[in-house]
Amino acid sequence: MGESSTSDRTRNIDVEMVMRALLVILAVVLLVDLVRRLVTGDVTISGVLVLVKDGLMRGLVIGLAGIGLSMTYSILNFANFAHGDYITAGAFSGWATTYTIAGGFGSAANIGSLVLVGAGGSVFGGALGINTFATPLAVIIGLLVAGAFTIVLALVMDRFVFKPIRDSGGIPLLITSIGLAFALRYSILFVFGSGTRGVTNTGTLPGIRPYFIDGQVPLTFHDLVLVVVAGGLMLGVHVLLQFTKLGKAMRAMSDDESLARITGIATERVIRATWLIGGGLTGVSGFMFVLWKGTISWNDGWLLLLLIFAAVILGGIGSVYGAIVGGLVIGLTASTAVIWIPSGFARAAAFLVMILVLVARPQGIFAGRSTA
Amino acid sequence: MSEASSSDEYGSAGSSDLVNGEVDTTRVPLKVENLEKRFGGITAVDGASFEIEKGSMTGLIGPNGAGKSTTFNCITGTHAPDGGRVEFNGEDITGLAPHKVANRGLVRTFQIARELGEMTVLENMMVAPKGQRGEALWRSVLPYVRDDVKAQEREMLERAWEMLEFFDIDHLANEYAGNLSGGQRKLLEMARALLTDPQMLLLDEPFAGVNPSLEERLLEHIHELRNQGYTFLIVEHDMDLIMQNCEKVIVMHQGRILTEGTPEDVRNNEDVIEAYLGGEV
Amino acid sequence: MSDEEKGYGQSEEEQRAVVMGIDFRNDGYMLLTLLVAVYAAYLIGGLVIGLPFRGLMNQIGQLTFWIGVFAMAALALNLHWGYTGLFNIGIVGFMAVGVYVTGIISKPVFGSGTSAAEIGGLGLPLWVGILGGMVAAGAIGFIAALPALRLRADYLAIVTIALSEIIRFSLLSDSLSKHTIGGYTIGLGGGDGVILDYGDPLEQFIRALSFPFDLVLGESGWLWNEVYLGILVDFVSNYIPNNPKPVVDNFAYAAVLLVILGIMYALILRTGNSPFGRVLKAIREDEDVTNALGKDTNVFKIKAFVVGCALMGLIGIFWFGTQGSVTPNTFRPRITFYVWIALIIGGSGSNTGSVMGGAVFAAFLFQGPRYFKNIVETVLGNPEAPSSFGQAMEPLLNGGIVEWITASFLFTLDSIRQLQLFLMGIVLIVLMHRRPDGMLGHRKEAASSIPLTRPLKRSGGGDDAVATDGGEDQ
Repeated sequence: MGESSTSDRTRNIDVEMVMRALLVILAVVLLVDLVRRLVTGDVTISGVLVLVKDGLMRGLVIGLAGIGLSMTYSILNFANFAHGDYITAGAFSGWATTYTIAGGFGSAANIGSLVLVGAGGSVFGGALGINTFATPLAVIIGLLVAGAFTIVLALVMDRFVFKPIRDSGGIPLLITSIGLAFALRYSILFVFGSGTRGVTNTGTLPGIRPYFIDGQVPLTFHDLVLVVVAGGLMLGVHVLLQFTKLGKAMRAMSDDESLARITGIATERVIRATWLIGGGLTGVSGFMFVLWKGTISWNDGWLLLLLIFAAVILGGIGSVYGAIVGGLVIGLTASTAVIWIPSGFARAAAFLVMILVLVARPQGIFAGRSTA
Repeated sequence: MSEASSSDEYGSAGSSDLVNGEVDTTRVPLKVENLEKRFGGITAVDGASFEIEKGSMTGLIGPNGAGKSTTFNCITGTHAPDGGRVEFNGEDITGLAPHKVANRGLVRTFQIARELGEMTVLENMMVAPKGQRGEALWRSVLPYVRDDVKAQEREMLERAWEMLEFFDIDHLANEYAGNLSGGQRKLLEMARALLTDPQMLLLDEPFAGVNPSLEERLLEHIHELRNQGYTFLIVEHDMDLIMQNCEKVIVMHQGRILTEGTPEDVRNNEDVIEAYLGGEV
Repeated sequence: MSDEEKGYGQSEEEQRAVVMGIDFRNDGYMLLTLLVAVYAAYLIGGLVIGLPFRGLMNQIGQLTFWIGVFAMAALALNLHWGYTGLFNIGIVGFMAVGVYVTGIISKPVFGSGTSAAEIGGLGLPLWVGILGGMVAAGAIGFIAALPALRLRADYLAIVTIALSEIIRFSLLSDSLSKHTIGGYTIGLGGGDGVILDYGDPLEQFIRALSFPFDLVLGESGWLWNEVYLGILVDFVSNYIPNNPKPVVDNFAYAAVLLVILGIMYALILRTGNSPFGRVLKAIREDEDVTNALGKDTNVFKIKAFVVGCALMGLIGIFWFGTQGSVTPNTFRPRITFYVWIALIIGGSGSNTGSVMGGAVFAAFLFQGPRYFKNIVETVLGNPEAPSSFGQAMEPLLNGGIVEWITASFLFTLDSIRQLQLFLMGIVLIVLMHRRPDGMLGHRKEAASSIPLTRPLKRSGGGDDAVATDGGEDQ
């Protein structure tokens, strides 16, 4: 199927330049308006900082999950729409573990209810007193299980769903991944039930509320945990890509698969590594997301998916750093948008940014670079 | 026959001389002046100028990286040149979109034959003609007007069949174009381009990867068409082919025109020999 | 006029309607056979089990409705994807636009009448509303098309779904929920949605049809009062004594939908089998080549996209317009998913395939499982099912295998509406693996207004076409 012409006819150049100019103008206008609101007292500096912190936290989750998606996109050449449900699956598997451990393997509550993460209100995470500070072991093991489970899930799904049609091209794979997404999501719904439930008890969670110029900016222990975990993992991925042989192979494959094959890079191995790393990061991000926001639901991953796509496209497909930066930008946008537009549209703002970027610079910010 | 339509779509130049069967060789349909094209830091075309005479067969050759394909793409509208001017039939077509260039009678073929794979050979052919009234959605749907579309399609169908017969691929008419062999695709590519009723054809390495017998057939057809008044500009790597068939050869090197002239002139030109550095001239 | 008179010989390969080895001779027969088979399956299933007549009729009526809706939706999507290669997964957004705008236009003005609605509309006739809904959906499509159609397929997919989400946010938002403009209190209703109190569309339609009869007979709504209510509903009440009208309404509405489906099918067939459709297919195959042949691909893509979106708006109106009310949650992404599966089942690129896929999807993947649940529950006497997975699994912990199996079965049956989607996901995966071309496989449907056959040799020889073999005549 023919791709849309990306040739640089004068007409096309004009549109891209206009869009870029518009984006810059928009950014300037918003900044000026922000200053205005600060001066008039519409918003407080601390209020803005809370939003910024919130946005960065969300951005870390999105970025972490986005690394896996970006890798899949560039090495396997298709948009994996099941990615959101990998996140949910990871979250549930991890939290089932956490509940089970925190619930004393059936001593504090019915083991069945624990494993089902308190489906139907059978048991409450708050009642179990779960949070990282009070039940560190449960949380840590849950985190590891989330990562491991998602890795297995990703590998199994690749083997049975994607590998048979590996050479079919991006669109058939995309359509297949949509089928997989629905299959996963509704089996999670079937097992764990609908409804959002709280999983943590933030009462015993340490935190600080530093005063900043004109208001408080609350920071909790879970914020710290998220930063540490996400940041650490991102650093790890960076080290992997830059300093290991596998990393070089992945970068090569993302650049040009046929060339990589010819030069003897074991592509199936790289593909497996992609799912491994991507899957692990995705599962962890799902778990962390739930830990940070304190609730879990069967739809969580799907709701994040579009934001993750936005982040990955913004950052440039295949670029890990792009996914991270893109995630932070999207998170910030979705969060701080409420300063200017009604809260119902906050997510829409993030999507609009993505659409604008696609029109202005389809390759993304870190375009031209490979998985690096 | 293509009908006179809004000048933007089909060009303001006069209609083809082929209707009268006359070939006016004193006209210069294609004029390229100081063409420039840069990609990032690389200057692919650096001030190329040449003219193509009507009814001629001209070859464009040069070592790899000389800028032949880029020049081609700048003429046909795939790229917008950074400088210079392209004139076709007296009209400035610099930077015009590809479909507008094609509609003015300047049609290109692709190096790797790009057939419309999931459509039959006949469907491929039927896409080509210009001025299809049925391409307006409403004409195809409304009952009375649709009859007119059908009538036009019948005309086109006959022309398409004739063209297929000319190229000896009419037996493949209802095959998926994607099932054709490489050689058959090349023939289809050319047949399809001809059905747009062009004045001038730009052939992008038409003989690349083509076996000798097919090459002969292609050449026969090209010469025949040329005798009917079509103008050809051929980009090719196979220099023997160009030397033996074209009356004029343009040599490009490092984005500029190194020299141009008859095959004889070019063959003996020292600069050309040097440019190819030991390649067969 | 026979082929001979037109000057054309027999085609070397006649296009036959051959599916799975059975030759149906033409598409019409094939569709008919499919429908008959489907209805037969439903009727037999119900009669054998002994479903009460009213329930059975309801199921059949529902089935007809879903067939109509999904077949039409697949046709519209086929225009986008099968013909032009535009990957649109924001279908539900355009449907929402159609319904909401129709509501705004046709709802009674706020403050008039006895409607309990919180917001009103412009009070215009329903047909104006429907037209407006279509135009609005098309307009949104146009706005989306301008930047988005230059993108490659998977980016376009992401943008269309982002667009449908933006539409959903707009529908949910408080700021757009209620406003007074020019004396009219209108809005999108926010989370509460919009009550569609513009009257029963079916009744309005039949009354409109009744116009010529009314003139002759000097009555008002003769077709509705005398024929529909007087004859039809009355007749049915012999078999369904208790409140037969809703059942008849279902059927009648669904029947109207089928008629509209037929019209849409014919129109889209014309659109596809034409130079216009041919260029669309060429764009899908290779846009650069299409441009190089002199076609302005952007214009074609925009036209195809806008027409498809307007159709999706219309289909949304048919689908949800009789529901009484809609909320933003009515328009969930899974609806887009349904339409895609229907299209893939039938075979994208084929119009007949779209209709068949819609029918098969409606009968076996959408309504089918629910019907199955209905039947089984009737047979088992409506037993009580566990309310959650956990409850269903409990017998296992206590060692009661039989109870566990029963409980699981009942729970699965009860959750069929959710499990359907699991099933659909699996079906889609299997389809893409085994039969990506759908039911109609790899059919040659040449996009042309005339059959592409070889012209008979003409004695004259000379014509005003490009001189290809008559060079010597010059």
